[in-house]
Amino acid sequence: MPEKYHIKTQPVPPRRPRIGKHGVVDWREDCARCHNCVKKACVYDRYKQEADYIRNLSDVDALFFECMGCFSCVQNCTKNILCLSINPAYEKLGNQYWKPDIIKTTWVQAETAKIPVSGAGYRGPFSGLGFDSMWTDMSEIVRPTRDGIHGREYISTSVDLGRKPSYLSLNGTKSVAGLPPLVSIPMPLIIDLSSPAHTLPKLDAAIEQTAGDTGLIAIMDSSYRPADEANLENIAFYLGPDSPPVPDAMLKKTRLVEIADSPAVAERIREIKKIHPQIVVAIRVELTTAGIGRAIELAGQGEVEVIHVVADANGNELMTAQKPRFLKDMIRQIHTTLIEKGVRDEITLMAGGGIALPEHMAKAIICGADLITINLPLLVALECHLCDSCRPGTPCPARLEKIDFKYAVGRMTNLIAAWHDQLIELMGAMGMREARRLRGDVGRAMFFENLEEETFGKLFGARKAGL
Amino acid sequence: MNTLPENTLKTRVPQEEVERVVKPALSRYRNEIAKYIVHRSLDCERCGKCLEVCAHGVHERKSGFEYFGEPHHHLCIGPACANNGHYCVAQCPKQALQIRENPMYRALGDFRWSADLVLATWKMAETGEAPSEEYNYDYECGNSGGGFDKLRFKFPKQPPVKLDADQIDTSISLNKRKDGRPEIKIDVPWYGGGMSFGSVSNVTQLSKARAAVAWNTFTCTGEGGYMERMRPYDDHVITQVATGLFGVREETIQRVPIVEFKYAQGAKPGLGGHLLGDKNTPAVARMRETILGISLFSPFPFHSVYSIEDHMKHIDWVKHVNRRALISTKVSTPTDVDMVAVGSYSAGTHIVHIDGGYGGTGAAPDIAKKNIAMPIEYAIGKVHNFLTDEGVRDKVTLIASGGIRSAHDIAKAIALGADGVVVGTAELVALGCVRCSLCASGRGCPRGIATTDPELCGKMDLDWGTQRLVNLYSAWRKTLVGILQRLGLRSVAELRGRTDLLMHLDYTNDLPRGVMTTTNIPSQMEQTTPRGEPAKK
Repeated sequence: MPEKYHIKTQPVPPRRPRIGKHGVVDWREDCARCHNCVKKACVYDRYKQEADYIRNLSDVDALFFECMGCFSCVQNCTKNILCLSINPAYEKLGNQYWKPDIIKTTWVQAETAKIPVSGAGYRGPFSGLGFDSMWTDMSEIVRPTRDGIHGREYISTSVDLGRKPSYLSLNGTKSVAGLPPLVSIPMPLIIDLSSPAHTLPKLDAAIEQTAGDTGLIAIMDSSYRPADEANLENIAFYLGPDSPPVPDAMLKKTRLVEIADSPAVAERIREIKKIHPQIVVAIRVELTTAGIGRAIELAGQGEVEVIHVVADANGNELMTAQKPRFLKDMIRQIHTTLIEKGVRDEITLMAGGGIALPEHMAKAIICGADLITINLPLLVALECHLCDSCRPGTPCPARLEKIDFKYAVGRMTNLIAAWHDQLIELMGAMGMREARRLRGDVGRAMFFENLEEETFGKLFGARKAGL
Repeated sequence: MNTLPENTLKTRVPQEEVERVVKPALSRYRNEIAKYIVHRSLDCERCGKCLEVCAHGVHERKSGFEYFGEPHHHLCIGPACANNGHYCVAQCPKQALQIRENPMYRALGDFRWSADLVLATWKMAETGEAPSEEYNYDYECGNSGGGFDKLRFKFPKQPPVKLDADQIDTSISLNKRKDGRPEIKIDVPWYGGGMSFGSVSNVTQLSKARAAVAWNTFTCTGEGGYMERMRPYDDHVITQVATGLFGVREETIQRVPIVEFKYAQGAKPGLGGHLLGDKNTPAVARMRETILGISLFSPFPFHSVYSIEDHMKHIDWVKHVNRRALISTKVSTPTDVDMVAVGSYSAGTHIVHIDGGYGGTGAAPDIAKKNIAMPIEYAIGKVHNFLTDEGVRDKVTLIASGGIRSAHDIAKAIALGADGVVVGTAELVALGCVRCSLCASGRGCPRGIATTDPELCGKMDLDWGTQRLVNLYSAWRKTLVGILQRLGLRSVAELRGRTDLLMHLDYTNDLPRGVMTTTNIPSQMEQTTPRGEPAKK
């Protein structure tokens, strides 16, 4: 059995004050100065911590928001002068898609590298848009898993990029004709280029090191020069329409390269393969209205090995006049069309945009992607608020310009490790032992619209339009 | 129970009775969380007019005092009062009073358990009655936007049959197999869910057990072993055999009338139980026969069960060890939950207990709570129909759980096809839980419910806990009886599978279904308001 994939992590505390969900407002003027003040009885000792914190305050705008929201002090205060409220700064985090709880859980995972665990049942809405409109399945007595996640068997999350021939062809009678190159990575995740709005040159070296430490691959602009040549295996250069070329010697040390889509992709692939025959070439296809068609068209062409489809940061179709389709549905369409055309295994499908949580990784794979690409979650791991005011002259609330290398690598590695562990949780529950086999296995998922139709559609007629 | 079969129970302690009486059980906190805040300004001349007009006892001036005390905010019904002549704000000669929504209210509750639902549950636990309509709590549903929260009953304008409350039977029978094992009936169509010693305190466990005695229903030990202090309530206890087998012995199996096999739990299907190290205190470690302070993970699945045939062996083993026990099989809700249910039936189970994906837990990975397995609303109908098609529906009891919060949820689950339900979180809310989700970490629950920390446990006493649950059950039963009365049904059993009495707010609800009786002819139906209350009662 191959060595178990394990990411080494250690806690990396945040640089900035934590932005919690709750805060206690205290109307001191009525205070009776009780000797047994409820503040002393805080189970989490937050009042003491707050006092210590304020005493050593170095930053003017830093407030203490680590209240756990249990209402105990509020309900026990003799004068009823405490009031629990939701931190407005918490509610301002992120945006419509990257909700505050996504930002918060990403921060916690980047700090601790642990799977978030809590008590009480699920608190959120029944279902939602996008990835929230599907559930993953689990194995039960009639379809048992051999062993759960704490068992003896190894759950493999490795995936391969490249063409997988559906049959072997023989050279004459003996040797197998040259197999196409394959790149294996230990987890179905690739670090994508940062979007122009979120590019921070200082980050690149940290991303490179994170990819190196985790054994994953980071897509970097072709102008990037790695700090450590040993990491070249974990870098895939992106060759845009007018990117500067990568020196041949350097390209030869990489395993994967990504090129922009163009009418001449086949030629471009041949050129690259001439320099480095064992390299796998991915084509970046933006999911505009024509994107799905283009991805399907490319998959029929002999040279194409990997297609990287990218939606916008919220997982929506780009540049469309209609209601944009969501990444999950676009992946399903591409995947099923490729199966119908009989070319699914000829190509590897990478999907990016809108992958915000580890469950999105599993769900995108169930919908038909071989692996996913992310960049924003790594930025959020560095305490970014996604406030979208990254303009020169506007101060960054996360002080991203001041991050140090070790911190950035530690936080991003922690996040990836936590995602990996959560992928294993989901796969363990599904009774799946191979991430490769999860691809397109919609039998391991339940979709909101199907369940509604089967259950309530039969009883209550048609679902009202516009819902 | 003098006629116990031989060789089933070697030790038996006298059983304790608990009275089924509703008594006030006030909040154990000094300040109740209020929906509205009453503010008295310095303009107040202490004339006492407000004291006179308020019908709810919000204002108070203790005798011998000149000034008013802090208003009892939680009793105020808010600006709705303006319509009934008791509105202190309007009648104050100096306009010194102000009522506004409590900003803190937003910090309470979540999508599934709205703040209104939490407060209403507290009121029910306090008084044993549904909260007065004046308070206008929206407690029939939460705000999750799907499932139970979108289902409503189609109440006829006039009940087809006039029934008195005492003519209505809310009991259900748990043994439908007719296999010679005891016919167990419970007086209300629900019982308490499994909460292990370790995940909750022993006061919580015992309160649940005592409430179960009072209402002639059951509580469940969970998988953390069987406390000796629970023995006086043996006849109302279900003991759980879960994958970790913590504290399971032949002797504990012999104590009880029902034994439950827990294959999976709705909040973390496919993952096995999970007790974090902090909560593994000396008492817990002793009970579970483990080492102090380590995290306890139950495996998934049972390492001796890989098929229905293996499951049958398990059941036979327990049936042999305890000749009077009924068997319950608790599973979660995968796509093929219907097959699982039929399989369990054929293996010899009496009760199929399906736990939906949004069920409660003492600790579970967030990713599991949200994403794995289907919500219970879908699973109930699926299983009910499949059991019916297989011709075994009346030979097995179907119990649903995982997100049942109120009497309305219970009625809806039964109308969808369950015989009864299991409740868990709602009981904890009655004991003062605010759903802060902090049961898992550190010393456990800051409110002293789901913890084994000696200091935190001391926040609650057994009589109070028992009374809160007895009251909650009483309020629920009354609400349930009210629903049955309005539908003209004589028993909960008659409600089972009556999906024709339900409507879904997101659907057109125009399918001609079932037998047209006076209760479901559309023209005689009354449209419900979006909040689910009939336009006029």
